[in-house]
Amino acid sequence: MSTTDLESESPTAQPASMRTSGRRVGDSIFSYLSIGSGVLIFLTLAAVAVFLTTESMPAIIASQEFSGTAEFSLIETALPLIYGTVLASAIALVIAIPISIGIALFISHFAPRRLASGLGYMIDLLAAVPSVVYGLWGGIWLVPKLEPLYVFLNTYLGWIPLFAGDPSAPMRNLASASVVLAVMVLPIITAVSREVFLQTPLLQEEAALALGATRWETIKTVVLPFGRGGVVAASMLGLGRALGETMAVLMILAPGATFSLHILEVGRHNSIAANIASKQAEASGVDMSLLVFTGLVLFVLTFIINAIARWIVARSGPKS
Amino acid sequence: MNVRKNKLVSLAALGLVGGLALAGCGGADAGNGDSNGSDNGGASAGGYAELSGNLAGSGASSMQNAQNAWTESFMGLVQAEGGDIQVTYDPTGSGTGREQFLSGQVKFAGTDAALDEEELATSAEVCNGEQAFNLPVYISPIAVVFKLEGVDSLDLSAEVIGGIFAGDITSWNDPAIAELNPDADLPDLDIVPVHRSDDSGTTENFTEYLSENAPDAWTHGPIETWPIEGGQSGDGTSGMISTVEGGNGTIGYADASQAGNLGTVNVQVGEEFVEFTGEAAAKAVDVSPREEGRAENDIVVELDRTTTESGVYPIVLISYLALCGSYADSAEGEAVKAYASYIISEEGQAAGEENAGSAPISDELRTEAQAAIDGITVG
Repeated sequence: MSTTDLESESPTAQPASMRTSGRRVGDSIFSYLSIGSGVLIFLTLAAVAVFLTTESMPAIIASQEFSGTAEFSLIETALPLIYGTVLASAIALVIAIPISIGIALFISHFAPRRLASGLGYMIDLLAAVPSVVYGLWGGIWLVPKLEPLYVFLNTYLGWIPLFAGDPSAPMRNLASASVVLAVMVLPIITAVSREVFLQTPLLQEEAALALGATRWETIKTVVLPFGRGGVVAASMLGLGRALGETMAVLMILAPGATFSLHILEVGRHNSIAANIASKQAEASGVDMSLLVFTGLVLFVLTFIINAIARWIVARSGPKS
Repeated sequence: MNVRKNKLVSLAALGLVGGLALAGCGGADAGNGDSNGSDNGGASAGGYAELSGNLAGSGASSMQNAQNAWTESFMGLVQAEGGDIQVTYDPTGSGTGREQFLSGQVKFAGTDAALDEEELATSAEVCNGEQAFNLPVYISPIAVVFKLEGVDSLDLSAEVIGGIFAGDITSWNDPAIAELNPDADLPDLDIVPVHRSDDSGTTENFTEYLSENAPDAWTHGPIETWPIEGGQSGDGTSGMISTVEGGNGTIGYADASQAGNLGTVNVQVGEEFVEFTGEAAAKAVDVSPREEGRAENDIVVELDRTTTESGVYPIVLISYLALCGSYADSAEGEAVKAYASYIISEEGQAAGEENAGSAPISDELRTEAQAAIDGITVG
């Protein structure tokens, strides 16, 4: 302030004060803009929530649960879809997380710098591939390639409920959908994990090395605990994408509506988003409303999962 | 209803943009289109130059490809004569199309099920006091396709097809199949029936055929949503085809135009086995009686799927064009008449055949349909 005061008394006061007031206008514009952006995202979310609720009301009111007469039940419609959605996403994460952590560690700690940046770039490219392309790739190329693996799992590990059942070609089953989902969420989890691992304080790593730890022990004792919260957050971002993924699932999965554990069997599972996409073209009236209701369920489901993720991140954040 | 409207608006906008682009390209075809345009235009012969404005329709997604071809080439013809018109077709599905037509949002509708009596009665409100009517404009054979190494075609009866899709006939060397195909080399392989995972008019027509011809083998009746839990399925015609192609011993049903390299079934009609062709499908419509109790201009076919007439392929899908009997706005009415006349013209039907694999309607049907279109009053 004192500088400004001094300047305003000097002969060159005019331009200086203009500069000062200009900065103030900029400040307030920027502050309004950022507040506006914050409010806008809130309004958008609210608009989606209001839309989903009002549009699904006809189905809710007419449903078996409320009217007692309708031939369709909200719970019977939504539960198998929730089950299929969560199961597919969970399997995708089980496949993707270890691989992502491996890639992230390789890029952040093992690879030579030039290779690391090239590899990171390629991983980011994977995220830019449209999901319909993943769907085509999965449905046409990957599914036949996975068939021997599934037959092997079914024959020799069939005593595990997941691999039991009676798989038939083409293997348009939940396992195939999950594998493609895993590939799709890989770049997100890898990119965030890599950034987090790179943030590990160098001093701590050097201290561990100085104490005689090997490279693996350094990663185990320093890098992984430091990055745990970040990896969890990254996985939840990936989970969000897997839960809502539509095209890839639609194009790969032969749907059904059961609570089957047999992920190798076709026609047993379906996901909420894929179900909406496949049914909405010919739906009208209460059928449409029922589809919107499942959309509302997915909306709520995603919220719950995000809340859990935030809670985990808050609990397991880096302790310094 | 918001979701519907929003979709409509965005699609309409897309259609408009697409239409503008296509109208531009259409000029190239104009040379050979000219003469056809004027002699099949009926009452509006040579009247393309006066056409202007926008014409919006919506409805069945089954005729989407054909409608795309029709709107594109029709706008090209109009453009060539100096007129300027935008025709759009929004594939919202039959039900929504009928709703929008009856509430006056669109001026024509495409529908897999013809407008019924009740709908016709309410149509007078938006149709300038006159009732609406249906015209069969899109006839599409449904092929039963399969993938079985070394076998390109099979002769099957409705009972056997029904048994296969109901899951009662489970192996390709089942005696029931072998009996009808003594020369085929049938492997001991499981049959994998494939159905449509989305609700589809194709499924409905296919199961209607099964339930009328083989009610004992197919006990689920005509249905839109597949009644048997589990099993292989594909989304849309393309999903169905890629599923059948991706397996071995798979069998499904799809628009004949999409059958590609897959093996196809010759369906038993009477004593013979009929391969699907446009001609055989069109014949199915010709041998079928009209639905009774309809007005003269309201042409609705009651498909006779149990016919034993020679050379008829009975598994077909018919989509109708629903039009008003009268249009208050004369520009609009003339545009509808010209467009409908173009659709049923030889040229229009040929465009449908080329782009959507549909079967051209017969000359007899065309004459009647043209008379119905000429009967539309305008202004």
